[in-house]
Amino acid sequence: MVRFENVGLRYGMGPEILRDLSFAIEPQSFQFLTGPSGAGKTTLLRLILLALKPTRGFISVFGRLSNELEKEEITAIRRRIGVVFQDFRLLDHLTTYENVALPLRVQGRDESTYRAEVVELLQWVGLGDRMHILPPVLSGGEKQRAAIARALIARPELLLADEPTGNVDPSLARRLLRLFTELHKSGTAVLIATHDLALMDQFGGARRFVLGDSRLHVYD
Amino acid sequence: MTFLIARSRSRARQEESGDTAMRARAPLVPTDTIASRALVTVISIMTFLAALTAGCAVLISDASRDWSEQVSREVTIQVRSSNPKVADADATKAAELARAVAGVAEVRLFSKSESEKLLEPWLGAGVDLSELAVPRLIVLKLEPGATVDLSALRKQLGQSVPNASLDDHRMWIDRLSAMAQTLVWIAIFVVGLVFTAMALAVAFATRGAMAGSRHIVEVLHFVGAEDRFIAREFQRLFLRLGLKGGAIGGLCALALFLASRVLSNVWALSPGGDQIEALFGSFSLGPKGYALIGLIAFAIAILTGYMSRVVVFRHLGALE
Repeated sequence: MVRFENVGLRYGMGPEILRDLSFAIEPQSFQFLTGPSGAGKTTLLRLILLALKPTRGFISVFGRLSNELEKEEITAIRRRIGVVFQDFRLLDHLTTYENVALPLRVQGRDESTYRAEVVELLQWVGLGDRMHILPPVLSGGEKQRAAIARALIARPELLLADEPTGNVDPSLARRLLRLFTELHKSGTAVLIATHDLALMDQFGGARRFVLGDSRLHVYD
Repeated sequence: MTFLIARSRSRARQEESGDTAMRARAPLVPTDTIASRALVTVISIMTFLAALTAGCAVLISDASRDWSEQVSREVTIQVRSSNPKVADADATKAAELARAVAGVAEVRLFSKSESEKLLEPWLGAGVDLSELAVPRLIVLKLEPGATVDLSALRKQLGQSVPNASLDDHRMWIDRLSAMAQTLVWIAIFVVGLVFTAMALAVAFATRGAMAGSRHIVEVLHFVGAEDRFIAREFQRLFLRLGLKGGAIGGLCALALFLASRVLSNVWALSPGGDQIEALFGSFSLGPKGYALIGLIAFAIAILTGYMSRVVVFRHLGALE
């Protein structure tokens, strides 16, 4: 699904912030990405999302080499990936419903074809009564759930979540993790970037990618 | 924040009323911003200026054509002789020759006293002109649409009445036509400049909107939006702004021309009103002029949408 081979990344003439990354994310797998703050977790997620180009090495996503992709192909690949940003990236002028429906709307689908689906998902994540609320009015946890719902609505084959429990209390964190495990059971590969050890311990069987000193160590 | 809460409550009320699809197609690019309002103002002013220029060009062109038509349907024969008897005989002969020409609807021979009366505005009343060789005038009215062989008449007059000269006002018509044409071309140039300025203003506004909406563009890319989808969203926003600005500017120009028409009708009742109308027309644009203003407003809206699309595509291409 995703394969990195000797990937390195540097900004400009600076030092390499990611060095010799080699790993694979298999379909229907579950893994955590951890490491100290500033280790490059978000950067690694952006590389998988094809938002950054590596300065060396090869990245293959869904069987396609990143350096051979046309812009339209990158768009098609991103439609197969759901992403939860650390800072949510909800659009403040759109309601919760509109934010969650965004991945389907950009595909050009008619609103009537996905309305029920979006409403159902919003109810599932506990935002059924917050559908027409604008994000600035939502609490941190509600924003988090809206961002997760937006990542899930298009039924992605791969879910990338950047610190998805960073802004919520332990109880909600557990509920969110259950949500990810449900998703994993339904066939989606999941990569969660976090430095919440307690969260990782709750899912002991998951692989762990640990970033440190610009390198990645994989613990199966 | 209070504003957002109020909007949210309003949305909640919509939800309660079952109107969940109401904002299904809410614009992805925020529309109600200070930059948007400023751009609408700029577009309104530009449309107003372009419509005003085009309307004035139509007025000048129409007035010039009307005047040319009136003047070209009238031809004058002057008979000059120091001998009044010879002048009378020559004038009568010239009038007979003119009557025989096909396409001449009316021939009016001004009597000596009538010819002298024509000089009153310049020389004053009560001046004895009996010692002055005042030319005798014959005014020919041509049938509308008829082709009159004036060169043949000129030739006949040269042979039979050497003291007579025929003036078809061609020189004045040509000058007037040239002046009107020049003014129309200047107006086209000014409208072109306005359109260019508009395109540049929209380009800068689009770049500003793109910079201000960078986070939106990034999110749209991450959720799988194609460049043409994003460009369409921006184009829709700018087309809406263009239509709004174009409508305001166009309506203001229409209002000004209608007000001018009303004023010219008031002036027409004043002592010098008929002269003003003879020179400048009735300030009445006519359907062609109003259609042109509508067309300019619409073209500016289309240009606004098109320019924004071009700029967005370039901007998105540069993001690669």
